[in-house]
Amino acid sequence: MVEFLQFTLSGISFGMIYAAIALSLVLIWRGTRLLNFAQGGMAMFTTYVAIEVIYHTGSYWAGFVVALAAGIVLGTAAELTVIRPSLGKPELNSVIITIGLLILLEGLAGIFYGGQYRSFPAAFSVTGLRVGSTALGVSRFDVFVAAAVLAAALLLAVGFKYTSAGLRMRAAAFNATVARLSGIRVARVITVGWALAGLLGALAGVLVSPSTFLYPNSMDTIFVFGFTAAVIGGLDSPAGAVIGGLLLGVVLSYAGGYLGSQVTALVALGILVVILMIRPAGIFSSAQVRRV
Amino acid sequence: MNSPAGAEGAQGTQGTQGAQRSQGGQGGQGVRAGGAAALAVEDLVAGYGEVLALDNVTITADAASITAVLGANGAGKTTLLRAISGMVRPRSGRVLLDGADRAGHSPEDMARAGIAHVPEGQGVIPELTVEENLRLGMMSWPGIAPRRADRAAALAEAYERFGVLADRRRKLAATLSGGERQMLVIARALVARPRVLLLDEPSLGLAPRIMTQVMDTVVRLSQESGITTVLVEQNARAALAIADRGVVLNLGRVVAAADAKALAADVALRHHYLGF
Repeated sequence: MVEFLQFTLSGISFGMIYAAIALSLVLIWRGTRLLNFAQGGMAMFTTYVAIEVIYHTGSYWAGFVVALAAGIVLGTAAELTVIRPSLGKPELNSVIITIGLLILLEGLAGIFYGGQYRSFPAAFSVTGLRVGSTALGVSRFDVFVAAAVLAAALLLAVGFKYTSAGLRMRAAAFNATVARLSGIRVARVITVGWALAGLLGALAGVLVSPSTFLYPNSMDTIFVFGFTAAVIGGLDSPAGAVIGGLLLGVVLSYAGGYLGSQVTALVALGILVVILMIRPAGIFSSAQVRRV
Repeated sequence: MNSPAGAEGAQGTQGTQGAQRSQGGQGGQGVRAGGAAALAVEDLVAGYGEVLALDNVTITADAASITAVLGANGAGKTTLLRAISGMVRPRSGRVLLDGADRAGHSPEDMARAGIAHVPEGQGVIPELTVEENLRLGMMSWPGIAPRRADRAAALAEAYERFGVLADRRRKLAATLSGGERQMLVIARALVARPRVLLLDEPSLGLAPRIMTQVMDTVVRLSQESGITTVLVEQNARAALAIADRGVVLNLGRVVAAADAKALAADVALRHHYLGF
């Protein structure tokens, strides 16, 4: 039972990171119907920026904030320079451009920082918390990870639901034609979506790197898990992305804990295939509402 | 062409009903600060790829009047509205709003200039609530952050005009019937405080009783708010009954433009182009 609790809490912590990546993918998907394969690469790059800032200033929080800002800048720059010119052309063009962007970022990281594994500091203690003599299997840092992603998701949800900017983003995502005819500058809304996605990716990068080390390909597996989470929840649904991330994190934690860590990628792939077969729009997608 | 209401007379014919409405509608709450606007399209050419949809189209719509644009499928009616609102970039020609040429401007800019375009059958966003759909009408208002009181007043006015929407304001627009959805898009256009309203097939797919309600609403908006309305309709009889002027398109060209009553009385023209 204790083991089960430990696996569950650990799964929630990792699941929130998958949720952050999934949320960033959803933000871009809703605006442009494009899967951003460079999302993991962007997160890796901003994490390198964070580690450089931490190295030079000695402040974790300076690195944390600069990484988030770098995520916004990188997301905005990517949209304005390589994505916008490809919109309105065959969808495959945009997909290949994001793959190219991933290769470029991973190549640049290798050139600037080398290919060796680098450790990344954690904001809080990574020593496991205990209740009495029972180890919970999570640390203060894991709690911070869950709280940070949850706060970001809640801020986004509130912003989407209750602000004029959120309404603009939702309208542009659901029906760009009506949005434009209403006076909403959809191109600008898409840029904001990429900026927010860059921020969420950067958050995921600095949160996961203390557990995985940092190297040019370090976010590839995290991206695949984040993508799986987004597919589980539905690429159209921000709430689905968070729930999908949590579900995937917990299931993979059970699989790794009870069956061995070598099977986690296989389990994630199996879940992806099953979801795509039985409910390709995802569990929480609003696609059915749109067909009315 | 043997019609007395030919395109040649389009420029000089004034809609008398429109002039009367113009006087009565200047103080309408639905119109933004600039008041009702005259719309003119001159020698407009537009198309899709190699297909020419509009071939030197010229029409005028007096301020605060209703102009019905009629014609068979493929005549270019929808493309005309899309070219005016910026959804289709004209190849040449002018779109004049109170004399200022706005041809080729983006849909966002046209909306901010006071042109509200209600597209055929897709004006509602079903994933948003009724009130959120209405709030989209405020996105073209001048300024960055409209005052809360102005927003509330615009919504209150919309709910007062369309009581059925007030009862459903928190419901998803997906739950509305076809007629209610049409009311919603017209209400949203009104919230935008437009100077020109472009309506594309507002009666499409509606039961006759609901269609009558929609047409009555269009007339009421024109009379009370002084909005210049361009109405594209397959139902030529219903459109001419409420319009001040009519324009008949055929294969992308204007074949007749005159007072709506004159068009309705032209038996040869009706039989040849309008099917009644």
